[in-house]
Amino acid sequence: MSTLSQPRIRIPRTAKPGEVIEIRTLIEHRQETGIRRDGTTAPERDMLTRLIARRDGETIFSAELRNGTSANPYHVFFVRMERTADFAFTWSDTKGRTVTVTARVVVA
Amino acid sequence: MLYRRRQFTRGAVALLALPWAAVPARAGMSEAELDAAIRELVGDAAIQDGDVRLSLPAIAENGAQVPLTVAVDSPMTPADYVTAIHLLATRNPTPGIASFRLSPALARAEVQTRIRIAEEQAVIALAVHADGRVVRAAASLKVTTGGCLS
Repeated sequence: MSTLSQPRIRIPRTAKPGEVIEIRTLIEHRQETGIRRDGTTAPERDMLTRLIARRDGETIFSAELRNGTSANPYHVFFVRMERTADFAFTWSDTKGRTVTVTARVVVA
Repeated sequence: MLYRRRQFTRGAVALLALPWAAVPARAGMSEAELDAAIRELVGDAAIQDGDVRLSLPAIAENGAQVPLTVAVDSPMTPADYVTAIHLLATRNPTPGIASFRLSPALARAEVQTRIRIAEEQAVIALAVHADGRVVRAAASLKVTTGGCLS
């Protein structure tokens, strides 16, 4: 079973106390719904269904992705930083595959 | 430009004033299916128009990658924050786009993403506040090339 592609994250390495940081995430995935309306044979459904963003182990943002999410899912959200923290971003798909990337933001 | 903007605003307001039933759902999705999807997400809660801003291009050249921003007015404190934002399509083959679960760790109740749009239609955003209130916004767009393979 092939693995999921390596996600790309844009997150600052440092922040000031109380600063709001922007987090951008992108992962390559075809997001095949398995739906065809033209009578052709539909390919097997192959979708990323979940993104979970954790900060120091606590879930701060998650997404349930359905058919209307585009291929190569892209998400941007905003987090207020009070102290140095470790982020982990995990995607999982309908085939049970998962991929996680981590990042540390140092608050000083 | 001013005129066009006014036209657009008027259109958006008119759309907001309509119940779901007034948005015809055609491409393989019935109104009942859309309504069932909404109820599955927010239960029996009353849905009010309100403090949700849904931004989409008026015309999307590529329906497979349509940029979307949804933002809700909320202080995002542990006592008063937006717990979830749901996005639904009214004329895609299926209504579900995505559900976002938020927490007070987020500085704003705002998410940017990219969606698929099969044909000209309205997109609906439902925001659930921590006190149980559900508010909605809708935005319509045209599409040059549909984004759902068919």
